[in-house]
Amino acid sequence: MSASTDRRWLRDVIGIALIIAAGLAGYWLFPDNLALLTRVIAVALLVLSIDLITGYCGVATLGQASLFGAGAYAAGIACVNGITEPVTLILIGAVAGSVAGLLMGTIMLRAHGLAQLVLSIAIVQLFHEAANKASAYTGGSDGLAGLMVSPLFGMFEFDLWGRTAYLFGLALLVLVFIVLKFVVSSPFGMLCRGIKQDPIRIRAMGSFVFPVLLKMFVISGAVAGMGGALAAISTQVVGLDSVSFELSANALVMLVLGGLGTLYGALVGTVIFMGFEHFVSAINPFHWMTMVGALLIAVVLAAPGGLSGLLDRFSASGHRAKRGKA
Amino acid sequence: MQTVLSIAIDAFAYGMALFIICIGLSLTMGLMRVVNLAHGAFAMIAGYIASYAARDLGLGYAVAIFLAIIGTVIISIPIERLLYRRIYGSPELTQVLMTIGITFCVIGITNYFFGPTLKTIPLPGSLSQPVDVGFKTIAAHRLFVMACGVVVAGGLWFLIEKTDFGIKLRATVDNAAMADALGVRTQVVYAISFAIAIGLAALGGVVGAEFLPIEPYYALRYMVTFLVVVSVGGAGSIPGAVVACLLLGAVDTTGRYLMPEFGNFFFYAAVIAIVCVFPRGFFGRAQ
Repeated sequence: MSASTDRRWLRDVIGIALIIAAGLAGYWLFPDNLALLTRVIAVALLVLSIDLITGYCGVATLGQASLFGAGAYAAGIACVNGITEPVTLILIGAVAGSVAGLLMGTIMLRAHGLAQLVLSIAIVQLFHEAANKASAYTGGSDGLAGLMVSPLFGMFEFDLWGRTAYLFGLALLVLVFIVLKFVVSSPFGMLCRGIKQDPIRIRAMGSFVFPVLLKMFVISGAVAGMGGALAAISTQVVGLDSVSFELSANALVMLVLGGLGTLYGALVGTVIFMGFEHFVSAINPFHWMTMVGALLIAVVLAAPGGLSGLLDRFSASGHRAKRGKA
Repeated sequence: MQTVLSIAIDAFAYGMALFIICIGLSLTMGLMRVVNLAHGAFAMIAGYIASYAARDLGLGYAVAIFLAIIGTVIISIPIERLLYRRIYGSPELTQVLMTIGITFCVIGITNYFFGPTLKTIPLPGSLSQPVDVGFKTIAAHRLFVMACGVVVAGGLWFLIEKTDFGIKLRATVDNAAMADALGVRTQVVYAISFAIAIGLAALGGVVGAEFLPIEPYYALRYMVTFLVVVSVGGAGSIPGAVVACLLLGAVDTTGRYLMPEFGNFFFYAAVIAIVCVFPRGFFGRAQ
């Protein structure tokens, strides 16, 4: 193993340790806000799934909540109908999300650029109307309530304070993160990044672009679906807002805020955006929108590559400074 | 037959209202390559100004429209100079982030100043009564909107195709660096086209307030509609925008008349079908 791969391994291990540490710190520091933190984890999975297709494949989407919602509703309906094992529910969410991802990818990959973005919006709106119309299964605008999830591994009850849900979510996030790290650094992940930079050259090299992107859509759908299932399990309700354009747009904003094309950026963006939103709306419920808007404008002006890009720039200049001294 | 006629008239008027707002966005997106999600926010500002002028100050409708357009353009000038000028030529997602930020700020600030209620723009007597056009009576306001739409479409076509400014604008769009080298002041061209786009958004926001009511979340609620219409028509194309607005306006109005419980279903189903057949929009440029 060469020195550079050694260093990358070390960096990833440290990164994952930091995620676990931050998650556990959240558990000890904000014991009254675990429901919010679990929501952050569910949305973080959604943002990670957008990063896979937008950050790594260059396919912008404003409709990712349709995959999130597919997972949430699948898990919710399964739960109401008697499948209450939480791990099974997450898997059901993942399967439903990847099926929805397959469908969405098949439609979206027909177009390019702006038309693609608009297709993604149209798809999420159609999912929204469908979920609203099929009220016999989804509860329509009242939401799907009454999810009774059985204890995790038959031992840990989902308590009122959301401790089990939070730790379960954190474990899921870390697991997904590790798997995605392998996915994006695999030859398949490299191919996706190649397609993002120059699809014509990739085609000239003899690879097929469409199946590769579709595969990433399916993976991304599974991740988003797990996020939706986690949200359903932790809140015990699935609402229409889980398949909304607003959620998709917010999630994309979080991703761009954190920085495209790095898995850490997705997490950083989610935590900062949702934390900031919670913090500001608690101080002043009237002005939170102005403040969030100002934050977005400031990020574009000060850190065009997102917050993680800013970090990279700092660390790069630090390296340079060190090298200059030596 | 009566239903078909009234649906057709409503659809045409709605499509025209949509057109006046969307054509500005189509210009910024097609000609200046800026995905301006804050376009609806400017229409909303105009609606608030017009409502304030007509309802609280008691000024006439025409004066209110005039004030709204002038006021909105004046507000937009510093925003263009300070914010938009930095994102010309940036990646699309950066533009999306910035313009969503601007939209949030506009919504927050208007809520602060005007309160979170629906704003009406009272119509003058001459526009609120029905007019007999022979085979049917139509609300005068609908006729007024249609006339505005036709005038805007014709005026823009003349401006872009027949005037000196239009030539400079098309040159800048085709190759900004070359146009700059030939002595076209591209910054000025951009600033003027941006002002025209915002002025049209303002006009559409006020005139179309009967169809798209002015409320605090206007900018977010219709952001998607405007973006969808523009891309279906093909960004930057006036005939494309006309066709897209009339077609989608017709689909939306018909769906709401005949099957209101389906909501936006037909609108977005039509969008998916159209985009799959015409990936660049009806009259989009080849990329």
